[in-house]
Amino acid sequence: MTGRRPGRTVLGYPRSDGRVGIRDVVAVVYLVECARLVAEAIAVGRDDVHVIGFGGCYPSAYARLMLERLCTHPNVGAVALVSLGCEGFDRERLADVVAASGRPVTTLVIQQTGGTRATVAAGRAWVDGVRAGSAAARTEPIELTDLVVGTICGGSDGTSGITANPVVGRVFDRLVAAGGTAVFEETGELIGCEHHMAERAVTPQLGAEIVARVEKAAAYYTAMGHGSFAPGNAEGGLTTLEEKSLGAYTKSGGGPIHGVVTPGQLVPSPGLYLLDVVPEGTPRWGFPNINDNAEIAELIACGSHVVLFTTGRGSVVGSAISPVVKICANPETYRRMSEDMDVDAGRILEGRDGVDDVADEVLELLHEVAGGRPTASEGLGHREFVLTYKSSEPAGPACLPLAR
Amino acid sequence: MTMRATGAGTGTPEERPVIAVTLIRLAEGDSVLVAARDLEPGPHRTSGGDTVVTREPVALGHKVAARDLAPRERVVRAGMAIGSATRLIRAGEWVHTHNLASDYITTFAHRGGER
Repeated sequence: MTGRRPGRTVLGYPRSDGRVGIRDVVAVVYLVECARLVAEAIAVGRDDVHVIGFGGCYPSAYARLMLERLCTHPNVGAVALVSLGCEGFDRERLADVVAASGRPVTTLVIQQTGGTRATVAAGRAWVDGVRAGSAAARTEPIELTDLVVGTICGGSDGTSGITANPVVGRVFDRLVAAGGTAVFEETGELIGCEHHMAERAVTPQLGAEIVARVEKAAAYYTAMGHGSFAPGNAEGGLTTLEEKSLGAYTKSGGGPIHGVVTPGQLVPSPGLYLLDVVPEGTPRWGFPNINDNAEIAELIACGSHVVLFTTGRGSVVGSAISPVVKICANPETYRRMSEDMDVDAGRILEGRDGVDDVADEVLELLHEVAGGRPTASEGLGHREFVLTYKSSEPAGPACLPLAR
Repeated sequence: MTMRATGAGTGTPEERPVIAVTLIRLAEGDSVLVAARDLEPGPHRTSGGDTVVTREPVALGHKVAARDLAPRERVVRAGMAIGSATRLIRAGEWVHTHNLASDYITTFAHRGGER
């Protein structure tokens, strides 16, 4: 691959399913909002202990799938489930799935453990024990092409589609050409690009699926009353949803599109995949994703080891579980917020470098991040996580023509 | 993308001043250009090598009409339609929510998306 030495590896954490992690996180998982404070108190003060969870009291097949995927994600080494005791979430099933993956898992039920203080103490003691025990180690050599790399744009402006997004597109083209795996999102932010995308699909059936899924997204957002478009997008120079789409679309590069996945569906084989975040059927539950963090969680649940986040206006978020690399599109934003950014892609706009130069920098940085270097958002302690009620159905065979 | 162009004028190429490109034409045939920095009204060099006279201040990342656009004409950026003109737009005008609308779904913005 251009921009790095052939065969260059870093060491990752081997997992029982054959995947390799680039972080070794203990996930503390609240199973209803009522257990969130206890989960946070168990994790507080520890960089490698992240809180995720689901706030709802009533069962959700989507939330169950998401938490199963996240708790068995290669970046996760152990899991503590925190239950109030009376919520609807099937904690036994989730614990079984985690145990079957070979990871240490415990379930702390607040109503059985003696309340807040006792459960926090029990949880912290368990985490201490896991960390003191047979610690996972970076022993497995991996290359960038062994990773699943996701991408999202947030806080986009008129520069995003000119600088940072084409940089990610170039990175994806190189990774996928070298045998790597990349995931871009999302159908609701690609309205207007569907026919162009369909031409890149590896089969006509997949192309037809892409068009149908974007049409579904347009209908869904129309029912919601407005598109995936925030006031800041307009203040940054974007006028219409299709203009925002056009900029977002450049993150996908120019190569063949190998498949479509839905939230929680693991990317099956190397290639370039579109994540369709919009549920099937009649619109319900509200917006498909209420913010960027919900979408990052879905990219990670599909297997993303790391997420490339492009921003023009200046998003500061990171994520639980997987590192987020912030690529700033707008040179003025970068100067104002450089501490929150990993890469200054706005320099393309000022003629200081080209798209390929910045893509080289991103590939080098990905290598270092895979080896353990903290990203800007990791260093600042950003570990946002959002999971809400929604539905998700796995994409069918027409969407995954190369699946083995 | 070449972001600086050698300005026209007399003298050898080496002697001509380098004029910063301030309006980016993302694809041949585009009807709008993108401001590479905050622009005052006046003549500005495009990445296509020509000059467009902007009629009002235009902020970084915002768009300028490359030519006159008729009402309901599809507006093209980077070779793809980004909506339709809602009224006559003159060359050099700022193009935004006041004169361009989506062909798909209404844009939600505070104060018309002014910065």
